[in-house]
Amino acid sequence: MVPTNYYLILSAILFGLGIVAFVFKRNIIAIFMAIELMLNAVNLAFVAFSQSLGKVDGEVFVLFVIVVAAAEAAVGLGIIILTARTRRSLNVERADLLKL
Amino acid sequence: MSPAVAIFFVLAALAVFGSISLIIQREPIHSALSLIVVMVALAGLYLLMGAEFVAAVQIIVYGGAIMVLFVFVIMLLNAGEEERTNFSRLATFAGIPLALAVTGFIAAAIARSSGALPAAATSGALTDTKTLSTLLFSDFVYPFELTSFLILVAILGAIVLAQREN
Repeated sequence: MVPTNYYLILSAILFGLGIVAFVFKRNIIAIFMAIELMLNAVNLAFVAFSQSLGKVDGEVFVLFVIVVAAAEAAVGLGIIILTARTRRSLNVERADLLKL
Repeated sequence: MSPAVAIFFVLAALAVFGSISLIIQREPIHSALSLIVVMVALAGLYLLMGAEFVAAVQIIVYGGAIMVLFVFVIMLLNAGEEERTNFSRLATFAGIPLALAVTGFIAAAIARSSGALPAAATSGALTDTKTLSTLLFSDFVYPFELTSFLILVAILGAIVLAQREN
């Protein structure tokens, strides 16, 4: 029996680390991975609440979040390939113009 | 300390160290491998909570499909070591307080509401896969069908974005 609060606090810590990675990393792929880390932290909170309240709805939501994350990864990595091709760099600070 | 709590702390430490490693590593491929460690640790936590189906989906979809996509793109673009620039020092001063504030707010809210939550997750078969699928295909059937459109649009978008212009 693990108290639900432990899971929620772990989820908060992982979300905070995701924010740190999002702000710190300069590589566009690493920033995208930070977003995935934050989504995972939210999923952990969903499952913890679902188990704590004895309802399955939270787990269904986790499945939807995973589907959206997969769709987001497909589109996002397409955009990353496009920016890397036009700007010849993966550094986000080189991508400061809307139109080349 | 009961065995479940001990397993929780081992998996939680693995997840936190994986996230810290994601931030510290300068090579994107090392960050991707750290993220896989985090996802496997989270799958273990889902198993500990008794959410077997979510744990399996986490391994197959996140640890498998999405991370393979990331590794493909890293190899395709030949992504090397991250450069340091002046702006990332500014991010250091702005980023750490921001992250500490958000984590602190969430943790304070959890600590304040600690009495409100019912006693914790049992590692029993509270939610078996049958209940989950029945709910998914009855109450949540329209959102479920909408996700197929979402994936279709995402596939089309990825193809349109990534194709070479002639």
